[in-house]
Amino acid sequence: MTAPADDRPAPGGESEPHFTEKKHSPGQTPGGQRDKFGNSFYMRDRAWHPPALTPLYKTSVARSPQRAPLSFATTISEETSPVFGNDVLGPLDNDLIHNFAKDGAGAIGPRIVVYGRVVDEANRPVPNTLIEVWQANAGGRYRHKKEGYLAPLDPNFGGCGRCITDENGWYEFRTVQPGPYPWPNGPNDWRPAHIHFSIFGHAFAQRLISQLYFEGDPMIWQCPIVGTIPTPEAIETLVAKLDMGATIPMDARAYRFDIVLRGKRQTLFENRMEGL
Amino acid sequence: MIRDVTRLKETPSQTAGPYVHIGCTPNFCDIGGVYPHDLGSKLITGDVTGERITIKGTVFDGTGTPLKDALIEIWQADSAGLYNSVNETRGTADANFTGWGRSPGDMDTGEFTFETVKPGAVPFRDGRMMAPHVTFWIVARGINLGLHTRMYFEDEAEANAADPILSKIEHQNRVPTLMARREEDGVYRFDIHLQGADETIFFDV
Ligand SMILES: [Fe+2]
Repeated sequence: MTAPADDRPAPGGESEPHFTEKKHSPGQTPGGQRDKFGNSFYMRDRAWHPPALTPLYKTSVARSPQRAPLSFATTISEETSPVFGNDVLGPLDNDLIHNFAKDGAGAIGPRIVVYGRVVDEANRPVPNTLIEVWQANAGGRYRHKKEGYLAPLDPNFGGCGRCITDENGWYEFRTVQPGPYPWPNGPNDWRPAHIHFSIFGHAFAQRLISQLYFEGDPMIWQCPIVGTIPTPEAIETLVAKLDMGATIPMDARAYRFDIVLRGKRQTLFENRMEGL
Repeated sequence: MIRDVTRLKETPSQTAGPYVHIGCTPNFCDIGGVYPHDLGSKLITGDVTGERITIKGTVFDGTGTPLKDALIEIWQADSAGLYNSVNETRGTADANFTGWGRSPGDMDTGEFTFETVKPGAVPFRDGRMMAPHVTFWIVARGINLGLHTRMYFEDEAEANAADPILSKIEHQNRVPTLMARREEDGVYRFDIHLQGADETIFFDV
């Protein structure tokens, strides 16, 4: 038997899938793997994302892996993922003001539209991908039995919604702006108003959960969970911008929130969309 | 010639928080009437081909306490080794098998359960076969970036020994953390340890 292929250098001088525990300096994006078997996804820049252990966010202390993760180039197991068609969506799935409301009522709070575009790191749109969102009500209260905040539940607000990006990667949903809320961490920690996002992309490597914050909120810069992100530049990408141009007059203000998922390397000779 | 186009930065991750179930499995946490059912609750949607198995497990923190607020997702090939995905180019996967499952864990114990089929082998980048495996993705309060790992099958010793990824792991004494144990007929246990002597090998992939 010949030596395993991954003991040889690949064409182009790049090594085959590597298994080292690489350190990356902040701000640098590690390159995607390219070999004769095709392009894998760009490696995640772990200096850009929050590290696992962030002691000021106390829950991370016992829940953060302590050993270095095993790095390797994506395989078909990470380059595929489930697909959801518009048939999974109900007519009110993208309307949190009404999807839990009774008898034609609506949720209480500042009415907003959240919209934006999902693209990959190469700025290619990510069409037909499922986005799930969840949030507290306008008073900062979640509809959950483990939640004990003083603020009352809104009988007409459930707090979940979902939508699917269109062929150009655009998405949109309607909701009420959530309130900030206190949480048990330090003696007086508060979450800024935020909406949780879950995004699938078209490959399990792209699977991502994050949070949207609102432009101008001074609480953003005091939050230990926001503070798990190493740089202000990265935090700024989670701040949705008020977009008066997209406002629905006499109805709802609009916030724009664009999302970037991992992408694959492109070459000059690539005339077709590969992988996505 | 390679052009590495100017790249955007990926949206940074944030923890799923304590209420991920509201968004991802609302029916599980008593938010009824919004969605007809929770996505991912069934991998098998019809008369599926292959060996039916049940995967059970618990996610433990560094103190040995089970997580009860996690969301666990799995992604796997069908019994023939094909993924039910638009990016699957080698053939067409079993139409009665989605390949994707999602569990909020048991309300009281945190134990997750997936009714699925044993996956077939799928190829590595160079065409060698990878041993049958199930990809796991774990998010929860206190986890800042979703954790990727794989579950392999303890009773596939020969395929595991030839697996291009397993065989490359420097600390071979940690490979058992990726192995599901056959408990009884058709039931495999795969516990996940976030920390400690048995810390699961997580993947940067
Ligand atoms: Fe939250």
